[in-house]
Amino acid sequence: MPNVTYIAVDGSRRVVETEDGTSVMHAAVSNGVAGIAADCGGAASCATCHVYVDEAWLDRVPPVGDDENDMLNCTASERRPNSRLSCQINVSPDLDGLVVHLPETQL
Amino acid sequence: MTGAVVIVGSGQAGLQVGLSLREAGYAGRVTIVGDEPGLPYQRPPLSKAYLLGKIDDEGLRLRQQSVLTEQQIDLLAPERVAAIDRVRRVVRLGSGGELTFDHLVLATGARNRMLSVPGNGLDGIVSLRTLADARLLRTRLLAARRVAVVGAGFIGLEFAAVASARGVEVHVLEAAPRIMARAVSPEMSAYFLGRHAERGVTISLDAAVTEFVGQDGRVAGVRTANSAIVAADLVLVGIGVQPNDEIASAAGLPVENGVLVDAHLVTADPAISAIGDCAAHPNAFGDGLVRLESVQNAVDQARTVAARITGHPEPYRAVPWFWSDQGPNKLQIAGLTAGAEVRIAKRDEATGRFMVFCFRQGRFSGLETVNRPADHMAARKLLGGHRSLTPAQVEAETFSLKDFLVSHPVAA
Repeated sequence: MPNVTYIAVDGSRRVVETEDGTSVMHAAVSNGVAGIAADCGGAASCATCHVYVDEAWLDRVPPVGDDENDMLNCTASERRPNSRLSCQINVSPDLDGLVVHLPETQL
Repeated sequence: MTGAVVIVGSGQAGLQVGLSLREAGYAGRVTIVGDEPGLPYQRPPLSKAYLLGKIDDEGLRLRQQSVLTEQQIDLLAPERVAAIDRVRRVVRLGSGGELTFDHLVLATGARNRMLSVPGNGLDGIVSLRTLADARLLRTRLLAARRVAVVGAGFIGLEFAAVASARGVEVHVLEAAPRIMARAVSPEMSAYFLGRHAERGVTISLDAAVTEFVGQDGRVAGVRTANSAIVAADLVLVGIGVQPNDEIASAAGLPVENGVLVDAHLVTADPAISAIGDCAAHPNAFGDGLVRLESVQNAVDQARTVAARITGHPEPYRAVPWFWSDQGPNKLQIAGLTAGAEVRIAKRDEATGRFMVFCFRQGRFSGLETVNRPADHMAARKLLGGHRSLTPAQVEAETFSLKDFLVSHPVAA
């Protein structure tokens, strides 16, 4: 099963193994990774599952969608070029080992 | 461990209380009693992605068992609370046994209203609230050729869009003169009526159902007061919910369309709170007591109660927000838009995007948008910061909510 690494602001890491097709948001939230709120449950409606994709993975994640792009302007922590909503990235064999950094706050 | 919180209800609200208590360092016992089997799950996808097969049971799950174990949150499910003994501060469980509490949180949710007309017991008439309902509906939909939906609320219209996308003939029957009448402005109702018609969904308004007709115990059609029978081999009834407030009422707590709570979400008994779909609460964005049925309200009220129990009491004042995905149209509501006397609809002709600004008693009360998530977020920020916005400002042709927020920053 592919895994995703979540790095918190304090540098602590959590590695989560998950199924293909699961979103990076759901893998984190359902496994209790702190730092992702995801109040809307993955409907790109709340901008509280904001992550920064590690530079090494930037060219491998799918592009930002229109709604996601709009919502990324509404995040609680600053938007950077590698900002994404983790509900919009699904884990796949290509993304096995994906590393994302968590923002300071989601709310 | 010192202290014990018992949470009745294992939905999004109930689970969030447990998680937020632990997040705040609560060291007492935390027990969630839920009447549905299995781990807590999210309901919104049941009428959309789950029916379409885009996510499975695992994708609905809010937390894995390992998280509950690690957080020392005990989940008793399926289990029922039969009664609350306020004097002894215990709840009696349906299976026997008792749980002691020093704080009790009622997050009992709501249940679907039934339609009391002849024939309502026929096979093929279903409703949708639980995962079990959704499993049944998904199976039935595979075999359905003609679907009737009774009630044009969020659930009914989300389901209509899903069924229609699967190539099934769909006819929606709504008793009121417009769709989503309790949830959105007349302008938004009209807009969505058009979008559904474009996608081949038939909607009849002022169509109160008087009878279900059937053959050999199976539903075959729906009769309304003023039209011929609408043929259907599958009927979804989505006519709203009623709060599960009976155990509160039986314990002598005041209820009136929900368990009555104050601004801190406390019932008449200081040791008992009520949150989520079952709680009638004073809401800063509405008039008088309101009862909201939304993920936002469930989660934010849970956080408010957990904060109070752990020594940080604050009145509940989160900005209400809602969403409903109906086919490709994402409806979002920021604030409470019901009863708005002044409404300004704005349509972007180039993109077809649409929104309605609502004002009540001279104040900006909310914004309804379609496929405009950034405007939705901007409205939430504006409402949260209690910034004034006038109809005249909105009416200006060049008005942009995002620009307005930039030029009128909300104090942090």
